[in-house]
Amino acid sequence: MNNLYPFDNYWAHFGVFAVVVLLFVIAGVMAFIYIERRGFGLFQMRMGPNRAGPWGLFQPIADAIKVLLKEDIVPDVADKVVHFLAPVVGFLPVLLIFAVVPFHEGHGLIPDLNVGILYVVAISSVGVVGVFMAGWASNNKYSLIGAMRAMAAMVSYEIPLVLSILGVVAIAGSLSMNGIVQAHDIPLFLLTPLGFLVFLASAMAEINRGPFDLLEADSEIVAGFHVEYSGMKFAMFYLAEYGHALAMSAIAATLFFRGWEGPGGQYIGILWFLVKIVFVFGLMIWLRVAFPRLRIDQLMGFAWKFLFPLALINLFIIAGEMVGFDGDIPWWMLFVNWAVTIVLVLVFSRAYRLGEGRVEVKA
Amino acid sequence: MEVKTERFVLNMGPQHPSTHGVFRMRVTLDGEVVMDLEPKFGYLHRGIEKLAETRTYTQIISLTDRLSYLSSMTNNHAYVLAVEKLAGITVPERGEYMRVIMDEMMRISNHLAAIGFFLNDLGASVFTPLLYMYREREKLLDLFEMVCGQRLLYNYMRIGGLSHDFPSEFLPALKRFVAEMPAYLEEYEDLLAENEILLARTKGVGILPRELAINASISGPVLRSTGVKWDIRKADPYSVYDRFEFDIPTGETGDNYDRYWVRMQEMRQSLRILNQAIEQMPKSDQMNAAVPHFLHPPKGEAYGHVESPQGELGFYLVSDNSIAPYRLHIRAPTLINLTALREMVIGWKVADIVTTFGSIDVCLGEIDR
Repeated sequence: MNNLYPFDNYWAHFGVFAVVVLLFVIAGVMAFIYIERRGFGLFQMRMGPNRAGPWGLFQPIADAIKVLLKEDIVPDVADKVVHFLAPVVGFLPVLLIFAVVPFHEGHGLIPDLNVGILYVVAISSVGVVGVFMAGWASNNKYSLIGAMRAMAAMVSYEIPLVLSILGVVAIAGSLSMNGIVQAHDIPLFLLTPLGFLVFLASAMAEINRGPFDLLEADSEIVAGFHVEYSGMKFAMFYLAEYGHALAMSAIAATLFFRGWEGPGGQYIGILWFLVKIVFVFGLMIWLRVAFPRLRIDQLMGFAWKFLFPLALINLFIIAGEMVGFDGDIPWWMLFVNWAVTIVLVLVFSRAYRLGEGRVEVKA
Repeated sequence: MEVKTERFVLNMGPQHPSTHGVFRMRVTLDGEVVMDLEPKFGYLHRGIEKLAETRTYTQIISLTDRLSYLSSMTNNHAYVLAVEKLAGITVPERGEYMRVIMDEMMRISNHLAAIGFFLNDLGASVFTPLLYMYREREKLLDLFEMVCGQRLLYNYMRIGGLSHDFPSEFLPALKRFVAEMPAYLEEYEDLLAENEILLARTKGVGILPRELAINASISGPVLRSTGVKWDIRKADPYSVYDRFEFDIPTGETGDNYDRYWVRMQEMRQSLRILNQAIEQMPKSDQMNAAVPHFLHPPKGEAYGHVESPQGELGFYLVSDNSIAPYRLHIRAPTLINLTALREMVIGWKVADIVTTFGSIDVCLGEIDR
């Protein structure tokens, strides 16, 4: 821990950082909601929120007050205990992920967990339990379909996600988030663009962002797993969704964009980190606003037949390079990796079709 | 090993974001696969046909606005056409041109909304194309407002003509719109035509077999998407449609993409018609035939039909020589088009019900009349 940091006492550090993380997540979520709504407005030739406060800046606060004041309605036939617990189980992992996110060199709730990224992967998949609990306990068919979709999609996309992270781990030679940032002088998305693409796609599916937002799918299953949630419980899911987006953006910034590093990073590292998070989130907004939603069979096919082989190939290439060059990849491999990525993506997208998905039905 | 799962029944609607109004589908599902579908309508029933029997022929025009409220002008036109046939009234030439201009503007406006909502059904975040299309639709609504002061329920056509003439600023504004619109159509195609997800969600999905379409008397873009070149404007020309050059765009397979594509092409053809109509329109002031206040058509019956944006819209009138029709029956295109929905979605997924339903372009006001 460097000298900028005043808390050598373990409990003081823990207390302060727990509060910081909580505030960061809540503030981050509010900022994300605002950025997304303004971003959508920009893409869709409309204003976005512009009434509450200057440039609509207080809109997230107004939203928060609204959900706080709303009546909490629980369906009569719902499994009440599970229905109550689901938003908690859904939201908790989001907070826990931030335990290992390094905001600055050596600064985090757990400053340098040596299996940091493994922890992130493990914790982030807990969220699906909350989603399934919500869908099951609501006793509503739309919720159930949403929950089943959630199980299928989140579990499937976990695999390409982890494989793409493994590539980064292989390059950095470390499982620690700090170690990964410090391992190289260039952002890793330049060195492993294929890995970044796979990561971004899988992360978006994992956190239920369009075009992969099938568990919510309001045009088909109304709102899926949280259709029977109102007021603060709904807000918890909303918070979890955007919190997860924040977490995934933070992880992408850490793994592929060198986290806090940047010109003057030793002083303004956190600022760099925030800029990178917003950049990754901006990519997500752009994709969400431009693409229609996939269908469930196409979603599964995309994970297993498109992303999974690409992630595997990427891992083999990276591993081969690491072994071949003894862990020190020469600069010209940058161009080779980009060429390989472009060729692979082009070939795969030509060869792979999302598929028709019709089933013969006997009368 | 085959895993056997239990089927279950899912009620989609009447309150559902994608049923374009209050429409209910009783869907039998196996997982996500549609095993059966039963359309249930009537939640918006207002008894318009019955109401019409208690009103004078002129008063009924405002009821027709409320059928398919996204194409009120063509509804007006079909109805007044039937009355004019019944009473033997001839509309002056300028009136006919004005009606054609209104009809074609309505077609473009309706198709913009139809395609926009259809794309919206593919995923709510894809509100984007809908808003792009609404940008042009707004311009059309401005034009409609200029003509008759209304933006949705126009009530503009009258028996024997139209309620009043175009204001002087209307035709220049329309010419500007017609000149600008092709570039916007290009823009939509740039935005959508090569979108991989859009193609995967629509191509080959919700196929309507040609024979079924003909046998079920499906009409409009839904019929033409199956490759049948049938358009009332050509098959039984009304107004002055026989004076214009235009093509009937047809699809090949009758899938969701073809229906989208046919509508896009129809907008181009409508612009062609508008161009010709503006050029050929006579300058005279005469746009209305002399029609008595209380019309007493002779005993008999008449059927007037037009090619509305959704298909063949027909009004069947029976007169007993009184001031109100003895019987009015409406042939609503979307009601008949909707009867094929079940065949189109069986074997597909829940998500495809929504898109296929959207591709039919229904308006519940017309179905539950």
